[in-house]
Amino acid sequence: MKTKFVAVILGVLIVAMMLAGCSGNTSDETYIAVISKGFQHQFWQAVQAGAEKAAVDYEVTITFEGPETEAMVDKQVEMVQAALDKNPAALCLAALDTQALLPLLERAQEEGIPVVGFDSGVDSDIPVSTAATDNLAAAALAADKMAELIGDAGQVAVIVHDQTSRTGIDRRDGFVNQMESKHPNIEIVDIQYGEGDHLKSTELAKAIIQAHPDLKGFFGANEGSIIGVLNAVSELDKVGDIVVIGYDSGQQQMDAILSGAEAGAITQDPIGIGYKCVEAAVKALNGEDLPKMIDTGFHWYDKSNIDDDTIAALLYK
Amino acid sequence: METILKSKNSLFRSDATQKLMAFAGLIALFVVFSIASPNFFQFSNIIGILLATAVNGILALGATFVIITAGIDLSVGTVMTLSAVMTGVFITVMGLPVYVGVLGGLTTGALAGFINGSIISRMKIPPFVATLGMLYIAKGLSLVISGLKPVYFNDTPSFKEIAMGSILGKIIPGFEVPNAVLILFGAAFIAHLILNKTVLGRYTYAIGSNEEATRLSGVNVTFWKTAIYALAGSFAGLGGVMIAARLNSAQPALGAGYELDAIAAVVIGGTSLSGGEGTILGTIIGAFIISVLTNGLRILSVPQEWQIVVTGTIVILAVYADILRRRQ
Repeated sequence: MKTKFVAVILGVLIVAMMLAGCSGNTSDETYIAVISKGFQHQFWQAVQAGAEKAAVDYEVTITFEGPETEAMVDKQVEMVQAALDKNPAALCLAALDTQALLPLLERAQEEGIPVVGFDSGVDSDIPVSTAATDNLAAAALAADKMAELIGDAGQVAVIVHDQTSRTGIDRRDGFVNQMESKHPNIEIVDIQYGEGDHLKSTELAKAIIQAHPDLKGFFGANEGSIIGVLNAVSELDKVGDIVVIGYDSGQQQMDAILSGAEAGAITQDPIGIGYKCVEAAVKALNGEDLPKMIDTGFHWYDKSNIDDDTIAALLYK
Repeated sequence: METILKSKNSLFRSDATQKLMAFAGLIALFVVFSIASPNFFQFSNIIGILLATAVNGILALGATFVIITAGIDLSVGTVMTLSAVMTGVFITVMGLPVYVGVLGGLTTGALAGFINGSIISRMKIPPFVATLGMLYIAKGLSLVISGLKPVYFNDTPSFKEIAMGSILGKIIPGFEVPNAVLILFGAAFIAHLILNKTVLGRYTYAIGSNEEATRLSGVNVTFWKTAIYALAGSFAGLGGVMIAARLNSAQPALGAGYELDAIAAVVIGGTSLSGGEGTILGTIIGAFIISVLTNGLRILSVPQEWQIVVTGTIVILAVYADILRRRQ
């Protein structure tokens, strides 16, 4: 009985090791550990694709991991710990909470493992560089497009994913500051936070539209937020009456842009974020000087350019 | 009462078999991972595994008591979070001494457990429903009290030392085992004593074997059940202090899903969800099996999505092995 149980466990492990073999971490190539803030969301899948592309181009081996939700700070700590135990040449990291990771970051520094931040980065002096979108500038572009589409006057509202993360704060402030300084006739009537949850964002957006019947525009600051806005606009039969501008991509949002329900959106370059962080790690290992910030770029896309090669390559479904 | 005691005695033998089996499984995992990767059996990685077990292991200790009574506690994860947040409020916001904050965290957990127990034993609401309610209440309160922001312990460096310092390292230089690991083993030892040497432990088994018979033999089941849930809550409170010390911050959005990891550890360790049976040693081995598996698959660079599949498979296999043993 005992032996049977042990045999079964061994069987499972042999399968696991075969899977490990498939991931190709057996060669003597330089190994770079990439730890993100998530792994099942489409955005992170695109970042992973970019990181893997860089791994092929620069002939290094990478692993890509992230916790199941962005709340799981402790799980990310354990991932970084296990990654450091694998003696990586470099570590690419999008920290959920820099404070919680500090002992491990110091360990990496002591062991001479360069750390490269990406996306929301690592809030300390330890990273040699950070590859991220300039979210303030990107949200300001969304504000300019909004002003252009509603005739530079009227009421608009915003749904943001949260008020604590760097991306949430920057996208909100980028949009609000641009409106205040460049478009004084536009009034932002409400800003609400929906945790990036489709349903929650829908309910919030519906309440805002009902409270402000003259609303002319709506900005959703990430994929979950904009899907909520689109649901609200269609459920309240306001398609065409309210100019909707979004962020990132995803099949649902792209369909809305093609159908005209959404005017357009800002896309970051998730593939570029993944690519440039691994590239920066390789350069750091070669002793090259790196800028503190690497802007991975952003673009406006709408019905007219959604199929262009340069834009289509950045969009994930 | 006599029949209960008798059945408990026969259970000890089968428990021993289960423990041995689970332990053999744990050793097998160690051997296989050590052969598969040179990075696995390293001091720092073994410490990493022990550290990764600390929080889940402590939560699982409390869950063991509840599950032996044939109950369930779904609130351990978010009660842990609430206790962590309260510890942060006491220490960082109110500026109370660290030990007061730690006691406050433990008390928060015990209080939540006491409420769980009272709802279950006095209002006769099934444990699944009562603790599901507490899961939401504790989650909501954590967010409300923290104002959605993590509470940091930057002004009190000694707090972090509770989990991350190393008393052993001071006694034996170079043997830097974090205190969190000692606390896990200490808590397990205390849980073992409570379960095997006290009235509370005896009634835990008795209620799980046959609640009605226990009541008819004159035991105040309402009181003891409440006490058992309060004890489980205290372990969740300790888990909260540990995770806050580990992360040097109380993260208010954390904790959902942790109850499932704790229940998995208890079940792999041979405690039956139908009650009356289970040991602390089994639970600790179960918690280690989960951590070793997670860590080992990570070290082998198995794709993350497959790691989850393997963990699920192990849970089912462990329980199936238990069922086969019972049939014999």
